[in-house]
Amino acid sequence: MPTTSRVGVVTFPGSLDDRDAARAVKAAGGEPVSLWHGDATLQGVDAVVLPGGFSYGDYLRAGAIARFSPVVAEIVAAAADGLPVLGICNGFQVLCEAGLLPGALIRNAGLHFICRDQRLRVESTSTRWTSHYGDGAEIVIPVKHGEGRYVADAATIEELEREGRVAFRYLDGNPNGALNDIAGIRNAAGNVVGLMPHPEHAIELLTGPSLDGLPMFTSVVQALVAA
Amino acid sequence: MTDVDTVELAAATPDQQQPYAELGLKDDEYARIREILGRRPTDSELAMYSVMWSEHCSYKSSKVHLRQFAENPPASDAMLVGMGENAGVVDVGDGLAVTFKVESHNHPSYVEPYQGAATGVGGIVRDILTMGARPIAVMDSLRFGDADAPDTKRLLTGVVAGVGGYGNCLGLPNVGGEVGFDPTYGGNPLVNALCVGVLPHERLQLAQAKGAGNQVVLLGALTGRDGIGGVSVLASATFDDSVDGSGKAAGPSKRPSVQVGDPFTEKILIECCLELFDAGLVTGIQDLGGAGLSCATSETASHGDGGMHVELDKVPLREASMSPLEILMSESQERMLAIVTPGDVEAVLERCKKWGVLATVIGEVTDGDHLVITWHGETVVDAPPGSLADDGPVYHRPLARPDDAQDALVADTSSRLPRPASGAELRDTMLKLVGSPELCSRRWVTEQYDRYVIGGTVLAMPHDSGVVRLGDETERGIALSLDGNGRFARLDPHDGAQLALSEAHRNVACSGARPLAVSDCLNFGSPEDPSVMWQFAEATRGLAEGCRALGTPVTGGNVSFYNQTGATAINPTPVIGVLGVIADVAKRVPSGFTAAGQQIVLLGETADELDGSAWAWVAHRHLGGRPPQVRLDAERSLAAVLVAAAEGGLVSAAHDLSEGGLAQALVEACLLGGVGATATVAGDPFIALFSESAARAIVATDDVDAVLALAAKHHVAATVIGRTGGASLSIDGQFEVGLDDLRAQSEGTLPALFG
Repeated sequence: MPTTSRVGVVTFPGSLDDRDAARAVKAAGGEPVSLWHGDATLQGVDAVVLPGGFSYGDYLRAGAIARFSPVVAEIVAAAADGLPVLGICNGFQVLCEAGLLPGALIRNAGLHFICRDQRLRVESTSTRWTSHYGDGAEIVIPVKHGEGRYVADAATIEELEREGRVAFRYLDGNPNGALNDIAGIRNAAGNVVGLMPHPEHAIELLTGPSLDGLPMFTSVVQALVAA
Repeated sequence: MTDVDTVELAAATPDQQQPYAELGLKDDEYARIREILGRRPTDSELAMYSVMWSEHCSYKSSKVHLRQFAENPPASDAMLVGMGENAGVVDVGDGLAVTFKVESHNHPSYVEPYQGAATGVGGIVRDILTMGARPIAVMDSLRFGDADAPDTKRLLTGVVAGVGGYGNCLGLPNVGGEVGFDPTYGGNPLVNALCVGVLPHERLQLAQAKGAGNQVVLLGALTGRDGIGGVSVLASATFDDSVDGSGKAAGPSKRPSVQVGDPFTEKILIECCLELFDAGLVTGIQDLGGAGLSCATSETASHGDGGMHVELDKVPLREASMSPLEILMSESQERMLAIVTPGDVEAVLERCKKWGVLATVIGEVTDGDHLVITWHGETVVDAPPGSLADDGPVYHRPLARPDDAQDALVADTSSRLPRPASGAELRDTMLKLVGSPELCSRRWVTEQYDRYVIGGTVLAMPHDSGVVRLGDETERGIALSLDGNGRFARLDPHDGAQLALSEAHRNVACSGARPLAVSDCLNFGSPEDPSVMWQFAEATRGLAEGCRALGTPVTGGNVSFYNQTGATAINPTPVIGVLGVIADVAKRVPSGFTAAGQQIVLLGETADELDGSAWAWVAHRHLGGRPPQVRLDAERSLAAVLVAAAEGGLVSAAHDLSEGGLAQALVEACLLGGVGATATVAGDPFIALFSESAARAIVATDDVDAVLALAAKHHVAATVIGRTGGASLSIDGQFEVGLDDLRAQSEGTLPALFG
């Protein structure tokens, strides 16, 4: 039985919030493990975070090149076997490009990059990453992106809503025009979660608007230790 | 290769006509080049001298005035590296040092706002990286023409998107800055960008090429045809020939001189260079900015101990047909020049490969004393590097106070303007100021900047200073503020520079940090106009005196001349960055009221000082008279009170009084923290609310006796003026405005103007 869970944080060229994600894992009691985009190994980690940033400069489309990296191929395979995977911002975009989550993230409706403290509702607590939130919890964590407008075809949206797979929803104003105010979604199994807002920037009152991001990381870290 | 002008050819054809005037060189400068070389320069040499001796690179008009910063600096034991390097370096304790610098990118931003601003950020970030530091935050100081002028929307939206686009993609939090409007900037917007970085003392790097046999390695992007002549064509001349009035197609002929940025390449270049520094693999490093390879090779060779040989045909090109001259002139972004011992070259190339950074050996350090540049075996440059980098012309430009115009301006005081008297008039005046482009919320701008990335941002705009923790393993942090006031400097350049310094100093102290050092960006009109040179001389004299009085040395900065449209120069605009240090960032003091029921104390003294104020401009479009009195001793005492109050945990909020006076400060503190206030003003309520006397701040406290005692100890006047709480701002006996109304007034302006 592990005493500490090891959570991998992937660094692509152009990743920006990788050190922040590692800090959040640490704050939650886990051990962050740095994973390099070019290495086809997950080093036996218990979970993986794909951090924010502009992987490969967001050339072509956000996340479109990162999905072809050796490490993402490993993640896609491991996710099918239940590995907990969290994609934050650019990481969410990579998960959509890689087909682990449906839909796509396109340019914000206002066409501007937006950085603000955003109120959200946690819509699904039955995932590996959200079990430490209360049902329907309202939280405040930062958003900061230029391409965060979640879109999918009507059937996909309907399915996500019907199956309770919308994980987070924007409250008090949708910053990017996302369909149904969707800020984050989960896969059917609940091990893969992607969201545009940045929970890793809400783990300490000195540097963030709240502590509301921490349960995202404690959910996975403490469940792994308990298991 | 027959069409390439070589040293051999130059020696053989001494009488060939050369286009030195078109390149911006004067007759006597050209004659001096011939004298240095003992022959006519080759085309490549001529181009190199023209950029290295340009105003932008050589500081030829400003040098004699800038000397006073270095020659008679204030006593400070914090300076590790002073002026002259890419950026000054300041010791902040715990074995850590901080390097910071502010630089202009005004002219490119007018021609091509997005790329001009983006590469402005990219350039200053590379200056910080070059010192061995990890860049940790940026700031920007922007000025445009009137907010509703036809060209302002194009410029402001483009510049803001460029600053954000580059900084966000680079992963650097933008923690503060300023936006200003004045018609004098209509044809010359100011885009000044600041970057700050942190390094362990032992990682300090210098831009020098030492040790014969060491290899010269070019890192980063391919060299292309962008930005050729940027420093000479753009930054060292006015726009007289290309301004068309509508601004729509302004300066299209100069667009190829603007560089194009790629922040992704810069991001991996940063990570790669930091790995090289940590592994001790480079002996010298220089970024390629203005004047590209010309500057980087001549500066590193000049600061080294020998010569340098560069094989230009080895430089990886974006366009294969580029001539040697174009390669030397290119200002393609995201490139660095590293000096590496032969034994380490392989390791350097290996690390660069890991990051996907292009790295090419292009030459070596020699035991000669010339910079020799060859092109497929033929010598195209053979010159003493010092003659390019350090021994450029120095001008004692004529300067003259324009007595008639300046006397008339000073005589036209604001005392003739009608002042609001009743409570209702005061209320209307406050609302007008709150909603004016000058003072309204900057949220529309700052929301386009990432302030969270890296996870060290403790305070960001609209707080008085940006406060950044220096790492996860330390509580130590820095505070930065960037301020300028062109209207005060127009009325009195000497005092205006000191007031900008005072405001930045005060802002840093308000956040609880001890002010330590200064970086300056001096934006002026044409140095060929004696009245502009007078403004410049006065401003630098004022700044040097001010820095001595406050004990904060100037560590570096930048001069931008030729900000002039026709005969009309911009308001002289020294923009001053002050860096402070705070031992424990948990003790930082925010600018907004966060708790109800606390007492509000006004620190400092208020006089009838409305000339050049936001009120005079917004309410009456008036500029005249004398700026507020400079009170450097009072600033120093006020800062001592603010820093001690922060250390003792005595205050929950501190906010400086500047543009818009007490009224604006109260509004901002209420809106930022979401807590209202009730205040009583003594004497003439208009003066109390809107005067812009220097050396003042408000604080909120639960322990008013301790604050008053602290103020008394430092001989700072302190008056309890009210209490926090409620959902409105109320001035006893005058007026009351709900916070919702104030917020709507403050936040509606920029979105309405710029969408």
